[in-house]
Amino acid sequence: MEHYLGIFVKAIFIENMALTFFLGMCTFIAISKKIETAFGLGVAVVVVLGLTVPINNLIYNYLLREGALAWAGYPTVDLSFLGYLSYIGVVAAVVQVLEMILDRYVPFLYSALGIFLPLITVNCAILGAVLFMVERDQSFGESVVFGLGAGVGWALAITALAGVREKLKYSDVPQGLRGLGITFISVGLLSLCFMSFGGIDI
Amino acid sequence: MKLRQFLDNIAPNFEKGGRLEAFFPVYEAIDTALYTPATVTTAPTHVRDGLNLKRIMMTVWLCAFIPALAGAYFAGLHANEAMQALGQTSVDNWRALILDPLTNYSPDSVWDCVVHGFSYYFPLYIVVFMGGIIFEAWFASKRGHEINEGFFVTSILFTLTLPASTPLWMAVVGIIFGVVIGKEVFGGTGKNFLNPALTGRAFLYFAYPAQMSGDSVWVAVDGFTRVTPLGNAALGQDYGVTWMQAFIGNMPGALGETSTLALLLAAFILVVTRIASWRIMLGCVIGLGAIVLLFNMIGSDNAMFQMTLKWHLVLGGFAFGAVFMATDPVSASMTNNGRWVYGMLIGVMCGLIRVVNPAFPEGMMLAILFGNLFAPLIDHFVVQSNVKRRKARG
Repeated sequence: MEHYLGIFVKAIFIENMALTFFLGMCTFIAISKKIETAFGLGVAVVVVLGLTVPINNLIYNYLLREGALAWAGYPTVDLSFLGYLSYIGVVAAVVQVLEMILDRYVPFLYSALGIFLPLITVNCAILGAVLFMVERDQSFGESVVFGLGAGVGWALAITALAGVREKLKYSDVPQGLRGLGITFISVGLLSLCFMSFGGIDI
Repeated sequence: MKLRQFLDNIAPNFEKGGRLEAFFPVYEAIDTALYTPATVTTAPTHVRDGLNLKRIMMTVWLCAFIPALAGAYFAGLHANEAMQALGQTSVDNWRALILDPLTNYSPDSVWDCVVHGFSYYFPLYIVVFMGGIIFEAWFASKRGHEINEGFFVTSILFTLTLPASTPLWMAVVGIIFGVVIGKEVFGGTGKNFLNPALTGRAFLYFAYPAQMSGDSVWVAVDGFTRVTPLGNAALGQDYGVTWMQAFIGNMPGALGETSTLALLLAAFILVVTRIASWRIMLGCVIGLGAIVLLFNMIGSDNAMFQMTLKWHLVLGGFAFGAVFMATDPVSASMTNNGRWVYGMLIGVMCGLIRVVNPAFPEGMMLAILFGNLFAPLIDHFVVQSNVKRRKARG
């Protein structure tokens, strides 16, 4: 139990996808102008990460890794070169299926998330988390916790950035830095604050 | 009134269309610092109080001298004690020129200690002030805003968080980063979202970790080292000071943060004049108390888990941060309910970083920056809940 809690906390704070690995930057910067939409996107990322990381974990462990096909009678086959292709395929498929399910059964959430759902397919935080899962050789249980934690961490970061950017609306930023420039500086400062967690060993 | 005449004579150069128009903020800053401006409000106003930005900043600035004085005394005391222990009779740098005629380096004399301490303070403060004000004035001239008294506060608070033996060039690099990246790129005082003094301090902390957080930086005598009590505690050793010593400030540490007693006095003035928010200060203490009690109950082989609240309050930069840094009106939460949450978030984070994170023995600085980060979000939710309540009331 403590082990899983450790993975969860580590994924949220210490190894925050957005602010320590700088993954998912395009959506992170593009969709952080308003707190509401940033929060909506954050929730969508939590759902997608919570689904794709465990699914990819199963695919990796039972189909792709060396010797994984032993159950089918091919103990020497190594399909791990198909990794990237399968992972991104799974991400795209999960997002599509999720979109259809939401559209059919939870229409209010579907309309609230709108364009962000398809956008998540190309969010590198998702693929990044999947690749971390493979690299760290996590078990199925660990991958569930890690996926959710990485999602919550990313959602927390984008909501905080949206709060800061709403405050910065009242700032008087030099002409050349308006828009993207000041956002990059803000993200840098945010990441400086998150360095307070660097070094915690769980 | 020669000076007044002189200022009036050169004024046209700085006004619109004048030759030195770009330097108007510099002229204006000097002029209003020396004389009360002649421009007054003529239309009916709703001002209930003569408190303005200038007076707020000056009060904070003056209050900062209380811990500064105490810090100087104890920095000097430790330096003089170290010199006595090493058998030195004079310092072997340029300070000897000033200190030799004035003091005997005796740890028993208050005067000797204060002067010795200030001989480390003043150079630091002067270079920090000059380095920062040049960039502030540069931005002000280019961007056409006023040079603000806020920088007085930023500069003294930044200096007070530094160890006494910080190299001067490093202090300048830190304050320039704080002023430019922490404040001026957002448009100057009141428009930033992080505390500029802490931004500069954190930058130094991560850029030059050996000089900023090592064991050898806290006593201003070469070849003599003392670890801060928090550093000791993190290693599971005896703190090296009694609680009373820590409370009045007789321990190694950054210049302004050692004396909790002096900080309480400053906090009293700031709260009575209603310049700093007592909600934030109390929130910090409650947050720290809650997390420390929790850690005490959990217990662990990590010695920091056992440290009681009484010690947490007096060691390290907690008191300084809670009184001066967390209450910075620009980067803190703006709503009253938000201030409670914001203070508690800082207290909890400070306890967490101190106890759980072995990389940093001191966590207050980073905790406040973290609080600054979430302050706009906290405000947003407070405002939203108010909106909801009002709607429900109909």
